[in-house]
Amino acid sequence: MISWAIVSSSAPAFFAGLQNTLMLLMMVIASGLLLSIPLGVARASRSLWIAKPVWVFTYVIRGTPLLVQLFVLYYGLAQFDWLRESALWVFFRSPWFCAWAALTINTAAYSTEIFAGAIKAIAPGEVEAARAIGMGRIAVLRHIVWPSAWRRALPQYGNEVVMMLHATALASTVTIVEIMRVARDVYTNYLVLTESFGVAAVIYLFLTVVLAQAFRRLERHYLRHLDRARASEPAFASIQLKAA
Amino acid sequence: MFHGYLPMILSGLKVTLSVASTSLAIACVFGLIGALAKVYGNRTARSLANTYTTVVRALPDLLVMLVVFYGGQILLNKLSSSYGWGYVDINPFAAGTLTIGFIFGAYLTETFRGAILSVPSGQLEAGVAYGLSRVQVTRLILLPQMVRHAIPGLTNNWLVMLKATALVSIIGLDDMVHRAGLASAATREPFTFYALIGLIYLCVTTVSILFFTAVERHYTKGIRRVGDA
Amino acid sequence: MRYKLATIFALATLFATTVSAEEKTIRVGVEGNYPPFSVVAPDGKLSGFDIDIANAICAQMKTKCEMVQQEWDGMIPALNANKFDMIVASMTINEKRKQVVDFSNPYYDVPSRWVSKQGAFKNWTPEELKGKTIIVLRNSPRADYVAANYPDSTVLAVDKEPAVYLELAAGRGDIAFGSSVVSAESFLKKPEGEGFAQVGETLFLGEGTDGGVGIAMRKGETELRENVNASLAALMAGGAYKTMAAKYFDFDVTPQSAKK
Repeated sequence: MISWAIVSSSAPAFFAGLQNTLMLLMMVIASGLLLSIPLGVARASRSLWIAKPVWVFTYVIRGTPLLVQLFVLYYGLAQFDWLRESALWVFFRSPWFCAWAALTINTAAYSTEIFAGAIKAIAPGEVEAARAIGMGRIAVLRHIVWPSAWRRALPQYGNEVVMMLHATALASTVTIVEIMRVARDVYTNYLVLTESFGVAAVIYLFLTVVLAQAFRRLERHYLRHLDRARASEPAFASIQLKAA
Repeated sequence: MFHGYLPMILSGLKVTLSVASTSLAIACVFGLIGALAKVYGNRTARSLANTYTTVVRALPDLLVMLVVFYGGQILLNKLSSSYGWGYVDINPFAAGTLTIGFIFGAYLTETFRGAILSVPSGQLEAGVAYGLSRVQVTRLILLPQMVRHAIPGLTNNWLVMLKATALVSIIGLDDMVHRAGLASAATREPFTFYALIGLIYLCVTTVSILFFTAVERHYTKGIRRVGDA
Repeated sequence: MRYKLATIFALATLFATTVSAEEKTIRVGVEGNYPPFSVVAPDGKLSGFDIDIANAICAQMKTKCEMVQQEWDGMIPALNANKFDMIVASMTINEKRKQVVDFSNPYYDVPSRWVSKQGAFKNWTPEELKGKTIIVLRNSPRADYVAANYPDSTVLAVDKEPAVYLELAAGRGDIAFGSSVVSAESFLKKPEGEGFAQVGETLFLGEGTDGGVGIAMRKGETELRENVNASLAALMAGGAYKTMAAKYFDFDVTPQSAKK
């Protein structure tokens, strides 16, 4: 049934696509995490002047489709002559930069909400106790708030990373040749479903399992004092829609 | 400001909204069947439902969409020619909504499963004891009560699905994103049109959140909440 | 119960239409993003040389035709999935495509040509374009040509032909390789094409005696193909083809094989 000739002739393309997918995902996760930790703290702040602007950012990003965000960056910004003639255009003219920026902004918005929720769920007594024994604000954040919030956020954050893996498929719409793009090209050229989308499905399935398992391990490590039943579920069971 | 393209974009909004709401209805059907199969089904039904939810949730939406869009039609063509039904044409609207419904049905299966399990089984047993049939128990006792538990999940599904409809432009549906593309190619002002539809999505999201909050308030009437005096 | 039946009926009519063989209209896949061959107006109306050809062939075959607009990127997959019955979208005939679809005889032939900033390149050899970014339409014979002959250049493969020139104007690539007619009509004559020019010689990429642009159909639909070919021949033999072409082009687009 399966034409191995097509599979083997498209294997190098799929391999290159896999590399691009993974590269994009790693860049996005790293920068998204760097952005969302301080933003999460700010979003959970009791000062409205700090929390509200962050809320506006996450609300706007979470209320619009990622595809539209990507198109605004990639196609939209080229509309402005001043930007095209500025030094910044070196960045914005690159499809990689635009895809990275769009996905980073997107995941940062969702992760910010995840971390802020986890911070808000911390019992006020923990923080008060730390303050009472004389810990400074930064020390409280580092030693009390963050370790606890990170543990609470971990299951949802793992889910977000899996969703981001899936979101990298949208980079195929702005000329980046990742797994999805290779699959679409193979389908267009040979009109065979199994050897194109089927192969891509196997790759994504594999990556999803690996990511879900990795996060399950992290959970087992960080949350071993909490829920034993959950830790023994198959990793797949935890993939869910992210909170809109 | 929009060079006369605003009416075209707004009629694209109609397409987007009807795709999203039809998909939600279809997803509810898939989700309900999946959840009933997971909770009450025999082993075959359970493992079918598990395969469905696992595979769909482990793959990018775009991939599932292209597979169902092309594969589904090819399968249908094969079926119809071998049974002699004549040619059955699935229009892009149907293909798009069935596909999105199929994908989000997998997520709703989990939502509904949780909601079913949250209805105390004693109530269902009581219904059976009163001589109600299985269908009646489901319709009169289970469904009305699980709605309350399903609303938060349903709201979230709607909001995510609304945004996911942007993908149907890739499989050739003439939605808001597709029209923004046409308008920006013609006017050379892509930012204007993509920002415009972003704003429209934001408005629809906001209205939806307000609406679902009201619905939730309606269905939780008479339910005590922690923190209520 | 009546409500339920009505709902089911309504859903069934909404989703699927069964068409019997006798009254079958022919559905034509067109692109809408390839001026002056295929253009969509703000009101959704299609026009262009491809559209005129499709309409003329349908009139010649005495069948009703319905135009289905489809993004270039999914054109052949959509044909194969039976979303429409033939593609009239300036699709160049080549060996790679012949393996998955059947083609009619060619209905026009125009060359490809390079476009870049005026004076940016003296010639267009692989050495000169080494390390430069070439913009080209994805899944096209031109993309294959660039991939085969310019291995040391970066390729930016875009989804539709107008994007080739949008990206060139936006500075996302150094030189574009596209249809000489499309670049002349939809880019160089417009304000945003200022400062750009066609460079180098023209290139015909269609292969063999069938060179040029044809109408694609699913494999094995011999009857449709023969009808289309007969209609094309009739259009070319009468003056209809020349009149249609004159509306768009001030030069001859007749394919080589039809001139003999």
